[in-house]
Amino acid sequence: MIINQKVSDILKAKFPGVVIPSEEQHNDYIQIYPEKWNEIAKFIKTESELKFDSCQCITGVDLGIEEGLEVRYNFHSMKLKHKIEIRIAVERKKPSIPSVEQVWRGADWLEREVYDMYGIRFKGHRDLRRMLLPDDWKGWPLRKDYKTPKIYNGMKVPKVRKGWD
Amino acid sequence: MGLIHADEMILNIGPQHPSTHGVLRLKVKTDGEIISEITPIIGYLHRCFEKHCENLSYEQVVPFTDRCDYIAAMNNSLGYVLAVEKMMDIKIPERVEYIRVIMAEYNRIASHLLALGTFGLDVGAYTPFLYMFRDRERILDLFEITCGARLLYNYMWVGGVSHDLPVGFVEASYKFLDEFETNINEYHNILSYNKIFIERSADIGIIPKDIAIDYGVTGPNLRGSGVKWDLRKDEPYSIYDRFKFNVPVGKGLMGSVGDCWDRYWVRAEEMKESIKIIRQALDKMPRKGDVHEALPKKVRPPKGSIYFRTESPRGDLGYYIMSDGKPTPLRVKMRSPAFTALSALSEISTGWMLSDVLVILGSLDIVLGEIDR
Repeated sequence: MIINQKVSDILKAKFPGVVIPSEEQHNDYIQIYPEKWNEIAKFIKTESELKFDSCQCITGVDLGIEEGLEVRYNFHSMKLKHKIEIRIAVERKKPSIPSVEQVWRGADWLEREVYDMYGIRFKGHRDLRRMLLPDDWKGWPLRKDYKTPKIYNGMKVPKVRKGWD
Repeated sequence: MGLIHADEMILNIGPQHPSTHGVLRLKVKTDGEIISEITPIIGYLHRCFEKHCENLSYEQVVPFTDRCDYIAAMNNSLGYVLAVEKMMDIKIPERVEYIRVIMAEYNRIASHLLALGTFGLDVGAYTPFLYMFRDRERILDLFEITCGARLLYNYMWVGGVSHDLPVGFVEASYKFLDEFETNINEYHNILSYNKIFIERSADIGIIPKDIAIDYGVTGPNLRGSGVKWDLRKDEPYSIYDRFKFNVPVGKGLMGSVGDCWDRYWVRAEEMKESIKIIRQALDKMPRKGDVHEALPKKVRPPKGSIYFRTESPRGDLGYYIMSDGKPTPLRVKMRSPAFTALSALSEISTGWMLSDVLVILGSLDIVLGEIDR
């Protein structure tokens, strides 16, 4: 994809040392370090050549016990009609990443959902609460090391039956 | 005599309330009748779709996508199977492509009919609701003779569809479309140009263009704000580039651009465009062909990930699917259009009266099954 290369070049020129270089040539995403994410977000939203004005999707991903967690952002430009995927890796022990909730208002709920499922803290989010699960839920369900609780608020959680028995 | 206390009051609407279109709870801060803050609380219908997907094979996910958006199940499973097919690079037979488009557009009409009917209910018009359900029933009948189900179809499969069109489907379709096209004018007479309806919905709950884009509001809600954005036209998937149709946008005919009436109007006009698409598809569809021809023996997409969007009746429906080469997906994330539309509710309904908020909510056409997943 040409647009990824273009965005990658612009980001490399503006924020040196932020884009993580990869061996693959035809990758369709950009992997960056989390530190300057908030500034980069503001930049790609307003820069006249990029104008990513729509935050389409934020996906939390657990790549496995050793590899760690990742947050993937899908942006789209309504004005210039191009799109991009940005990936940011976060550590498993104390996952934290700058929030872009105040850059794209739509990211508010999407970030809360990622927090709900993966426990990734979005620094600077003004209202970081659980989104879909009850407030007193313990654990982060979509992590690969999550174990289904046996009891929730005094209620027994039914066992998953295998097959048709 | 003491002073009258004019404090703010917190009012709770839902989770069980007929106007919230499902199990949605709204925490509303009111000053008399005027809303000063509104907090939607969701999750009452959370069925762990994404967690379930970790343990299901790719084919087994399809019925779950049906149940996410139970009003437009065809469109929801279509988005999923197209994403998986794109990962696996499967070539779909011509006939299947046309059948899929016909079904998706029928379901779009059915979904819009329900949206418009219940929107009428929200403003107090009961009769149009019954008229629209009359036509919706006929579409569900067409689905029933095709695949046996009326609401949750499991019709779209990876690489094909579950059943071929039955004998008489095409003729019944033409007959229905002819009659339905005139019925739309009937709706306009009894609802769209009704004085009371216009008073209740025009100039209410205006979503400006930039706010709609900033919040990620898509579909008819975005087009109601005057943005000409339709994935079927701008990023054609399946075979949508072969059809001629228009993209209706809100023009502020009764009030300002982006009000509740505009969103209603866009849906009503979109039904006409769907009729056009179905007619063209019925004309061009190959009359013979095996719908199970391209079904893969094993659905195992290669390692990698994809973000694929389709235009569902509620907006941009995105699937983020990650595969590690195993029979079960590593991650399936659904970006539901109603979720982002609802997140904008607090912004657009601040300052309106309590009775208007329910109208605004109805005009957004949310489905809680898709929001909570």
